Amino acid sequence: MENLIALLIAAPLLGAAVLLCGGRRLDAVGHWIGTALASASFVMGVVLFADMLGKSPDDRTISQHLFSWIPVAGFQADASFQLDQLSMTFVLLISGVGSLIHLYSVGYMEHDERRRRFFGYLNLFLAAMLLLVLADNYLLLYVGWEGVGLASYLLIGFWQHKPSAATAAKKAFLVNRVGDMGLSIAIMLMFTTFGTFAFGPVLGTHEEAGLTQGASEGKLTAIALMLLLAACGKSAQVPLQSWLGDAMEGPTPVSALIHAATMVTAGVYLIVRSGAIFNAAPDAQLVVTVVGAVTLLFGAIVGCAKDDIKKALAGSTMSQIGYMVLAAGLGPIGYVWAIMHLVTHGFFKAGLFLGAGSVMHGMNDEVDMRKFGGLRKYMPITFVTFGLGYLAIIGFPGLSGFFSKDKIIEAAFAKGGTEGWILGGAALLGAAITAYYMTRVMLMTFFGEKRWQPDADGHEPHPHESPRSMTIPMIVLAFGSVFAGGLFSIGDRFLHWLEPVTGHSEGDSPVSALTVTLATMVLLVVGAGIAYAQYGRRPVPVVAPRGSLATRAARRDLYQDDFNHVVLVRGGEHLTRSLVYVDHTLVDGVVNGTAASVGGLSGRLRRLQNGYARSYAVSMFGGAAVLIAATLLMRAV
Amino acid sequence: MSFPLLTATAALPALGAVATAAVPAAQRVAAKWLALLVSLGTLALAAVTLVRFDPDGARYQLTESHPWIADFGVRYELGVDGIGVALIALTALLIPFIILAGWHDADPQETGSSRWRPTQGFFALILAVEAMVIISFEATDVFLFYIFFEAMLIPMYFLIGGFGDRAHGAYRSATSTAEGDAAAATQRSYAAVKFLLYNLVGGLIMLAAVIGLYVVAGNFSLQEIVQARANGSLHMATSTERWLFLGFFFAFAVKAPLWPLHTWLPNAMGEATAPVAVLITAVVDKVGTFAMLRFCLQLFPEASKWATPAILVLALISIVYGALLAVGQRDIKRLVAYASISHFGFIIMGIFAMTSQGQSGATLYMVNHGISTAALMLVAGFLISRRGSRLIADYGGVQKVAPVLAGTFLIGGLATLSLPGLAPFVSEFLVLVGTFTRYPVVGIIATFGIVLAALYTLVLYQRTMTGPVKAEVAEMPDLRVRELLVVAPLIALLIFLGVYPKPVTDIVNPAVKQTMSDVHKTDPKPEVEAAK
Repeated sequence: MENLIALLIAAPLLGAAVLLCGGRRLDAVGHWIGTALASASFVMGVVLFADMLGKSPDDRTISQHLFSWIPVAGFQADASFQLDQLSMTFVLLISGVGSLIHLYSVGYMEHDERRRRFFGYLNLFLAAMLLLVLADNYLLLYVGWEGVGLASYLLIGFWQHKPSAATAAKKAFLVNRVGDMGLSIAIMLMFTTFGTFAFGPVLGTHEEAGLTQGASEGKLTAIALMLLLAACGKSAQVPLQSWLGDAMEGPTPVSALIHAATMVTAGVYLIVRSGAIFNAAPDAQLVVTVVGAVTLLFGAIVGCAKDDIKKALAGSTMSQIGYMVLAAGLGPIGYVWAIMHLVTHGFFKAGLFLGAGSVMHGMNDEVDMRKFGGLRKYMPITFVTFGLGYLAIIGFPGLSGFFSKDKIIEAAFAKGGTEGWILGGAALLGAAITAYYMTRVMLMTFFGEKRWQPDADGHEPHPHESPRSMTIPMIVLAFGSVFAGGLFSIGDRFLHWLEPVTGHSEGDSPVSALTVTLATMVLLVVGAGIAYAQYGRRPVPVVAPRGSLATRAARRDLYQDDFNHVVLVRGGEHLTRSLVYVDHTLVDGVVNGTAASVGGLSGRLRRLQNGYARSYAVSMFGGAAVLIAATLLMRAV
Repeated sequence: MSFPLLTATAALPALGAVATAAVPAAQRVAAKWLALLVSLGTLALAAVTLVRFDPDGARYQLTESHPWIADFGVRYELGVDGIGVALIALTALLIPFIILAGWHDADPQETGSSRWRPTQGFFALILAVEAMVIISFEATDVFLFYIFFEAMLIPMYFLIGGFGDRAHGAYRSATSTAEGDAAAATQRSYAAVKFLLYNLVGGLIMLAAVIGLYVVAGNFSLQEIVQARANGSLHMATSTERWLFLGFFFAFAVKAPLWPLHTWLPNAMGEATAPVAVLITAVVDKVGTFAMLRFCLQLFPEASKWATPAILVLALISIVYGALLAVGQRDIKRLVAYASISHFGFIIMGIFAMTSQGQSGATLYMVNHGISTAALMLVAGFLISRRGSRLIADYGGVQKVAPVLAGTFLIGGLATLSLPGLAPFVSEFLVLVGTFTRYPVVGIIATFGIVLAALYTLVLYQRTMTGPVKAEVAEMPDLRVRELLVVAPLIALLIFLGVYPKPVTDIVNPAVKQTMSDVHKTDPKPEVEAAK
């Protein structure tokens, strides 16, 4: 059974190799090869899952050692895998949603001449993401970590002839590299502290506490903060969130799979996986919760102001991951809920993006919601599935998001003290804003009057429902959006499933669960109500009004990009330009000058450049030879 | 007496060089094929050396020793350790690709004038460099090493000065082709002379140190001196050791090159043809870092430790400074040159971190940097030869017209930025972790290099390959079969060594262990374990 783990990764990797090296002759079947191999991965995941369910909860971890990867004295990195309940959850999510999105892309990318390459990249992504969650040590995880970054880079920039896409891809990779630096340093810190960076020895197992027990809190805090930096990059958390909005330049299936359901949640995986380290570093945990709370508000606020449907959803993704990070920062009380929200979010956010893609597909790739309106009549399936995703994300009672988000808000209050009130308050406020911006998206897209216009070439859009290959994945995901949360929560199934890996503790909340739920409901109604008042009762202007100061700030991502541009981009340009000058004049000049004056060669140097080079070189070489000979002779005499 | 394998590995390209040079003027193509065959033969010999070498055996293997200048104790003494054998393999591996990539670089521009045989000369010079580099990796006699360390400057000088890449994009001000050619020739000869001067000055200072070493030790044998120092029969005053160390180190730091002695490299790599640029940075410069490991650390262990802080600072400056300068370049080849300066900073940092991970990583880095730079630079050369310009701004949208070229360029770039899964990641991480265990602050600052590497690589890719197709590149053909033959194996190697570097680390590790014991250093213990 263990051997299946490597095959799980190998299948999409093979797909990527075949599709990217296969050449044009595979153009006709490439997308089916890619989809088949992604599904093969999912099937293997299901087989492993069935096998795992047959075992007792404390005995479900299996591992596979492939080969010794980097063996150097005192340093051992292996290519080996570990499959436990946590990675199993991810495997099913990644390969399941991944397969659906492969299927969706068959229709969505039908008219793209580079469709084969697109599927190659998607397969590459799946392989890297599976490696990320199956690695049994941090260095191998790092390979998956940057592997998904590469896939994301390639896919954001898939339409690289568009300068905006190429720039967005580069930006995503660069910002992520800053995070990767954190992961590098964390691994180095682990190595100097523990002599290893494998999960087992460092984090411990049921039977045996890990080496973290013996380390000082200061060291663990440093490691934890570096891991957090990595998580911020990958999961688009403040202050490394700026790339996610731009990443929407990628084809929509990519936004659904990579920038909503799976890759961007890798930071949450990293924190939950490293629970043993964070548990022993309360200061770092506090920072994690603050990052989560700030991001969940930041993303929500940005999401309110965007007219681009994908960018509005991207803000929402940022915000929802903020919830997960917040939960993960709370420690054992929150780990399970972070992952549960991650899974339910995987369903409804992927569904929402696929819905957005379906809308764009029918609207000549228009993304401006001000030019939608009234689409429910034209695309009923998209409308219903998108609507269910909408209800799930705002936390409508009984739907997936309701269960997972509610638990996180409760857990935040349970942190206790002022912190608990602040974090819980932020999470509640976030819920209200979520209801607002999602209602806004819903109303602007599917309700009201139709507002579309002919595009620049005079083509009037003819909104239509998408082909079956696209609607089926949307329907499946809608089922997940509706039922997953309930299924997980009946009898605390999800809790019992993950608890052996992540541990769990019940907090002591100052407010009862019922109060939290009621408060959430009230805020949900308020948020949705305001949106309705603004976008449902009044016609939506086709051209965005100037808006208040706050709206304009939110449209510009709260000026973070402008700050980056002025400080980092401009500053960096000045720095490199002046360094080029310094190198050319100062360093070169000083070294040349020193050499020249030492040898009294300045005059000759000038002549050199006039073409006496060869004779000079020869004479110098001759001089050296004479010197050698003379020295040897002197010794001989 | 057994077959002198090491001599043969160096002698074959040397003889090949003579033979290639002697090919009649009319038979240019035959000269190319001859050079290619010789380089493949050398590769075969290097492969035999690699197989015959036993990583767990004696420190120096396949040794040969003959008196040469008996009066001065100069011996013809060869032997390889794991580090030497790995670098010989790298050299022998890269030369056929360099020859193949430069297949048309030395074709005469106008038919007729044939007193001067550029094609024969070009390939003969490459083989001559190969021979001298290989023997430098083999020599265990300090004087023998010095001779070839210096002698390789001559063919390199002619390769840089004599063969430009016919890309005069940098000289736009020129109003005519002839004027552009003249400007290029001036630049080229300036670059060649600068290369020669820097390295000659380094070499002369080293010569003084070599002579000084002889005065102190009475012979030139690396093994004898190391042994004598270890068992106490050869005493060296602290100041003497330091001066001698500095003399050696200076020459190697010029060659490597280390900041602030680096400025010859961008000129040389910019003006030379792409294959020659690869020869410089991937092959010849490795002799400098190799010699630091072999000669500086072994002969002068105490002085090496004494100088470590200063060298680490210089290496750190190289890493960050090289990367920042690469970001600011407008010329593709100069960009790669500055990236190399940054990478050499990593190698030197790994050597002087004095940990097993650092030194194994540094050795691996030499091999991986050789392969990755070759991949990136040779593809860049193919690109430049199509458009006739080295300026980044002259390109745009190439991926649309030449997707395979763009794809291979991207993979070369990803290797340069040390993407995990490709070979350079393994070595860069080892260097970083090996440095971090002893010097955490240095390790952390060096980590900034990985962000900057992503910046210069991706900006280069974006500006040349993406965006709307520029009119000048619209007709650009994709990679040809010969070019694919060069690039595909290099990429395959990058992936293989990224996934499975064990074959190389197995060879290198024992040699590093020896070096570590030469300098009396042990790796820092993990804190948790130490606390128990």
